[in-house]
Amino acid sequence: MSNALHKSGKTLPGGLDVDRVRADFPILQRSIHGKPLVYLDNAASSQMPQPVIDRLVHYQTHEHANVHRGVHTLSQLATTEYENARHKAMNFLGAADAREIIFVRGTTEGINLVMHGYGRAFLKEGDEIILSAMEHHANIVPWQMLRDEKKIALRIIPMDDTGELLLDEYEKLFNARTKLVAITHVSNALGTINPVREMIATARQHGVPILLDGAQAAPHIPVNVQELDCDFYVFSGHKLCGPTGVGILYGKAALLEKMQPYQGGGDMILNVTFERTTYNEIPYKFEAGTPSIAAGIGLGSAIDYITGIGLERIAAHEHALLSYATDAVRDIKGLRIIGTARHKAAVLSFTLDDIHPHDIGTILDHQGIAVRAGHHCAQPVMQRFGVAATARASFAFYNTFEEVDALVEGIHTVQKVFA
Amino acid sequence: MDPRELYQEMILEHNKKPRNFGVIAQANRHAEGHNPVCGDHITLHLHLEGEQIQGISFEGHSCAICKASASMMTGQVKGKTVAEAETLIQEFRDMVTGKLDTKTQPHHLGRLTVLAGVSELPSRVKCAVLPWHTLHSAFAAQETASTEKEF
Repeated sequence: MSNALHKSGKTLPGGLDVDRVRADFPILQRSIHGKPLVYLDNAASSQMPQPVIDRLVHYQTHEHANVHRGVHTLSQLATTEYENARHKAMNFLGAADAREIIFVRGTTEGINLVMHGYGRAFLKEGDEIILSAMEHHANIVPWQMLRDEKKIALRIIPMDDTGELLLDEYEKLFNARTKLVAITHVSNALGTINPVREMIATARQHGVPILLDGAQAAPHIPVNVQELDCDFYVFSGHKLCGPTGVGILYGKAALLEKMQPYQGGGDMILNVTFERTTYNEIPYKFEAGTPSIAAGIGLGSAIDYITGIGLERIAAHEHALLSYATDAVRDIKGLRIIGTARHKAAVLSFTLDDIHPHDIGTILDHQGIAVRAGHHCAQPVMQRFGVAATARASFAFYNTFEEVDALVEGIHTVQKVFA
Repeated sequence: MDPRELYQEMILEHNKKPRNFGVIAQANRHAEGHNPVCGDHITLHLHLEGEQIQGISFEGHSCAICKASASMMTGQVKGKTVAEAETLIQEFRDMVTGKLDTKTQPHHLGRLTVLAGVSELPSRVKCAVLPWHTLHSAFAAQETASTEKEF
């Protein structure tokens, strides 16, 4: 596909009509510092389309009450809609059973839930957990807390200079003490799409359960947990055009049933006396307290929106954006791309001369361009590549080739300021 | 605000050629400053004789705002007393957090007012303050300082 064709504004057969999609996102119409917003911080959080905004408003306007409690009409309505959202998440992940879908606050809470419910309950001194060198802090720190508490060991899968995990080394990390593998599906700092199918198969051979951090994968590539045969899969709503404060933890029913509850409170119990409490069935066992009902329903609506466009089409458009951007910045002298794996999601992490990424971020912001600057909550990745921080442009399906051009021009402006 | 209003010539110049960059042999106080959000990391070396700052230098990795702030700070406080430097620390903090209008209110900041534009960029205030916070720590002879605790 030529860039000229991309930039002609015509939609390829079966491709994405970006102009039509953009019209759904009111925030994309606004300006920043007098310039049109170029939002390239989608890996941090994506924007919300009007149908999802409308769904939230409709819920609060017409349907709100507490869930799983009242016999009254509104409570039943809210419960039905909330449970519908759970079914949408189930279908979205290709799970077999809605009982395997747990509402959490986000990816971080999902991982903490597994650390507590599975790790604390079943791991013993001397046991080992395999993580990768490209994990987000959310998939490192909970396991370190468990390590210090249980005196277990963390084994780290190394990566090469392109940001690809070394699968031979991964295999060598398994032994009789290995009790869990927890790795990211797509790296937030590098964009690497890990070969999870292969990695799950390896874990399976050793009889070790595996958790995938899908925060950066679920919004961009089709995921089917049954085909993958992973044990846990976690993602966040707000990176998928949904609200903040909600995410999904998928877990195989057999594992979830064995696990201990995460928090105690209402909704997660069947019966309470001061002597003892009988826990509710899954998934409710893991959902203590009144949940983020509106956010959960909003996530269901976001899933409808995303699947309405189609993840294959989303992935194809984002891949074209990434290729175009990668080619364009290659010509910029002094620019170094951090993360050059063969299979990448639309994340472009880079350093520029000796200009600090925070200065890059500030100057781009003044041109209306939003990127992330910093360590991306992945400090071990920064250390691996010998940088303190990077600037990161991350694309979504509503981004355009013109916006990539604006980024490139913005980077030139940064260099001019620092010339 | 145009980025050039923040990234003025003087700031870019100090970023490119920071003054008092490195280690001074006579230093008897050291402090480390770290901004975990962006990875700015500087070490301050101080030669204190009684109440007098005889010498001062810094090293480390940081953004242009932080480096220029550190460079200009070292130039300004050299030869001053601890009490005078503490006054500058307070005034500088007030300036970049918008509490001190250097155009209308009295101050001792001199050329440091070139960094006043930072007050319009909340996300960058910590970058500018880090060296000053680290200086304050060096006086108290603490080993590290982090802007996470402040303002």
